[in-house]
Amino acid sequence: MAVSRREFLQGGAAAAALILSGKKAEAGGADGSQMRTKGLKSSTTICPFCAVGCGLVVHTKNGKIVNIEGDTQHPINQGALCSKGSALFQVANNERRLQKVMYRAPGSDKFEEKSWDWALERIAQKMKDTRDKSFKAKEINKKDNKEYVVNRTEGMAFLGGAGLDNEECYLWSKFARSMGVANLEHQARI
Amino acid sequence: MTNHWIDLRNADAILAIGCNPAENHPISMKWIEQAMDNGGKLLAVDPRFTRTGSKADHYAQIRPGTDIAFLGGMINYALQNNMIHEEYVREYTNAAFIVNEKYDFNEGIFCSFDDQEKTYDPKAWAYAVDGAGNPKRDHSLKDPRCVFQLLKKHYSRYTVDMVCNITGTKKEDYIAVAKAFCSTGRPDKAGTILYAMGITQSTHGTQNVRATAMLQMLLGNIGIAGGGVNALRGESNVQGSSDYGLLFHLLPGYLKSPEFDNVDLKAYLEKWTPKTKDPKSANWWGNTPKYTVSLLKAWYGDNATKENGFCYDYLPKRSGNYSFMKLMEKMGKGELQGLICMGQNPAVGGPDSLKTREALGKLDWLVTVDLWETETSIFWKRPGVNPKDIKTEVFMLPAASSVEKEGSISNSGRWAQWRYKAAEPVGDAKSDLWIINQFATRVKKAYAKGGTFPEPITKLSWNYGQGEEPEVHMVAKEINGYFTKDMTIVDKDKTLEFKAGDQVPMFKYLQDDGSTVSGCWIYCGSYTKEGNQMARRDLADPTGLGLYPKWSWAWPVNRRIIYNRGSVNPDGMPFNPKRAVITWDALEKKWKGDVPDGPWPPMNDAKEGKYPFIMLPEGHGRLYALDMKDGPFPEHYEPVESPAKNLMSKTQTNPAVKIPANMSSDTAKYPFVGTTYRMTEHWQAGAMTRSLPWLVELVPTMFVEISQTLARAKGISNGDMVKVTTERGSIEAKALVTSRLKPFSVQGKEVEQVGLPWHFGYAGLATGDSGNVLTPSVGCANTSIPEFKAFLCNIEKGGKRA
Repeated sequence: MAVSRREFLQGGAAAAALILSGKKAEAGGADGSQMRTKGLKSSTTICPFCAVGCGLVVHTKNGKIVNIEGDTQHPINQGALCSKGSALFQVANNERRLQKVMYRAPGSDKFEEKSWDWALERIAQKMKDTRDKSFKAKEINKKDNKEYVVNRTEGMAFLGGAGLDNEECYLWSKFARSMGVANLEHQARI
Repeated sequence: MTNHWIDLRNADAILAIGCNPAENHPISMKWIEQAMDNGGKLLAVDPRFTRTGSKADHYAQIRPGTDIAFLGGMINYALQNNMIHEEYVREYTNAAFIVNEKYDFNEGIFCSFDDQEKTYDPKAWAYAVDGAGNPKRDHSLKDPRCVFQLLKKHYSRYTVDMVCNITGTKKEDYIAVAKAFCSTGRPDKAGTILYAMGITQSTHGTQNVRATAMLQMLLGNIGIAGGGVNALRGESNVQGSSDYGLLFHLLPGYLKSPEFDNVDLKAYLEKWTPKTKDPKSANWWGNTPKYTVSLLKAWYGDNATKENGFCYDYLPKRSGNYSFMKLMEKMGKGELQGLICMGQNPAVGGPDSLKTREALGKLDWLVTVDLWETETSIFWKRPGVNPKDIKTEVFMLPAASSVEKEGSISNSGRWAQWRYKAAEPVGDAKSDLWIINQFATRVKKAYAKGGTFPEPITKLSWNYGQGEEPEVHMVAKEINGYFTKDMTIVDKDKTLEFKAGDQVPMFKYLQDDGSTVSGCWIYCGSYTKEGNQMARRDLADPTGLGLYPKWSWAWPVNRRIIYNRGSVNPDGMPFNPKRAVITWDALEKKWKGDVPDGPWPPMNDAKEGKYPFIMLPEGHGRLYALDMKDGPFPEHYEPVESPAKNLMSKTQTNPAVKIPANMSSDTAKYPFVGTTYRMTEHWQAGAMTRSLPWLVELVPTMFVEISQTLARAKGISNGDMVKVTTERGSIEAKALVTSRLKPFSVQGKEVEQVGLPWHFGYAGLATGDSGNVLTPSVGCANTSIPEFKAFLCNIEKGGKRA
């Protein structure tokens, strides 16, 4: 159904008034009464592309994401989105998204499907073997010829994190350092 | 960002240098345009006439990699024309500080340079100190060895003619930009500088950033509404991932990762806790022991005790540089057996990417955690290789998207905003939190049975609930921090009682004795007994400046404009009462407005007043730096690959940068300046956009942008296939001939440029050659960020696919 710009803005203003009145927003924004998204479950999110931090509202029906649009209550973008933010719907609904754990054996020319349990056990074992074999407890410093305790895993590197949530970044940092990984880097370096 | 996105509307002048907000941060233009509606001027400085340039009041073309010449000239322009904010400079910066006798600068080299090692000894640049050990100062700013006079002398060489000869900027454009921006040196005017990778991706990138900060301090633009130095960060949570220490030299909260000779906790704290003898200096990093011990308590829980140095020994100790480029080099030499990529795609995103792709084949095992197949996860079947020859075992794990999980991300303005889970992840995809938790719990289980030095893993505190999915709120609460025992804290006139397990309200209550836990001190206050502050959605704006203090939560302490003590005079009165960020109420003896940079009264208060730059031991903003690897003042050097001789000195390139083999400044072979860039329709290495049909329809393939003059000279028409070559490799793509690119006039010669998006690769729905096949593996002296923005190349019509 058609919604005039005026009606659309009224919906946003009503929602803003609701928030200002101190009523708690249930994990998300309110919609105008005449929206075609009426009756759908909604929740708010922040755009995963650049770091302006625009707000969006995600609508779901029977657990499936059916619409994503700019959050009119968000003070930074006030409902507006760029072409990437507007396309977030296609991140959520996309046949090219990875759906299965895939494994490629050495020298093989294809991926094969595996279970999470199988892959995670094998990865944990690889991490442990690599750490055990490449762990450097001490080293002699070339400049002063003294021996220092360094407790460092030399043989593996961890990359990435700019697309992770803060809580994920924190656990990644904690896990990496406990594993003795000095080779910890991410997109901020490039 | 010192400020935040909405605050751009408060600016009288906006200098966008080395960034293109209209293209790469489009919604920021909402606030930039609001500033323009109020009479503010947009000034765009870029090698290309960008979308931002097209909106600007003044556009100035600049040759890639010559930003210090441009900004140094503006520093000189402000000084020569008395456009600086004198009180701010005298009181709040180190302009009055006297530098020791050893300081010297000659032909592009500062004193104490070791030509063999290509390093400086920054100790030679120290301040001269008085008998009490405090830096000597001359408030008249006349002493020939005070920072102000040294600065003036250094930048007197950066005349408009000299600068324009280097940068290729038209003189009238340069003067228009300098004049418009330096006019914000008045107390009632605000100017903001926006920058992005055009500034950082350079062999002198950190000094580029410093030059912006120095200009802003001279104009009194730091700490004020509509001011600041604002990095427009490119990934949704690259601010957060930096905050949480996912970089080799850091631990969470910008604590340093230990070095080999920080032999125990005491030595570490001794090395990294700055000291001051000046009672007026807050020296906030003096709290390093509290934040470090609280972090170790978060990581090792009850196992971390005073007696065992809070398990400090378990942390790895670095010896040297482990930056991205170094890791790729190590991988190429077969020195890495395993690599895990959490949503990073080094086969496209890093420089000299043909080498990286080859190096991936030296790994025994590779794990990629992503939403998509990436060039990295399918490197073993990339065009031109036989999978049989590649022995790397590859695990490609499906990750949940941002709307399929719950947690927070931090935008450029330091706002930590909460996101909710709208739907279950597609197929078998899992959140990164779940995946990391699985790695940790499974490795912990394996080490419980023994292994090399198992304690750092077996004793790691790791308990995030009993459910299948780790409890993200438990993680967020640990990050904020809590008390480990009942505590009574006396804070001025208040006595505060806390019970063991209570959330710590803010980081000033963190302790160095093990009685508090905090996984990242700068986020202390984000999740308190009042609940999850990051999820707040209250649109109240009491200052009218657009600070929205109850919308989400900003680090540190919900302060929306950092260094805001710089917005008031030494008596605490706003320099610009019309845009008061904070104001000292002398009657009530408290600050009003934004959360001030520390609770103390204004600087002039004889008993408790503090200097405004609280993160530095001397409390004054540094026009002259003490700890850079390449000099106390930014100095112009050419990019490593450059078509020009350095006109400023005999030192051609940054002397503190070691130059690798596959570089060439042979302009007969490579006559054109290459530069990489981004566009609205695609994002970074492309995995997140090149598989979305709507965006692919908008920009379906890789292209190479050239000027009409270069197209004519080479016989290239719009849409023709072209081949671009550098010392690293060649790519082929369609030519895009535009009037957005123009040649530069460099020392009397016309030099053409070639513009290259870097979003493409061989995976996904829309494919194309990668711009980074061409870029050099040489980086900034301080940060090791690669010089993607300025290199030499050749372009020819044709190629195999023509």
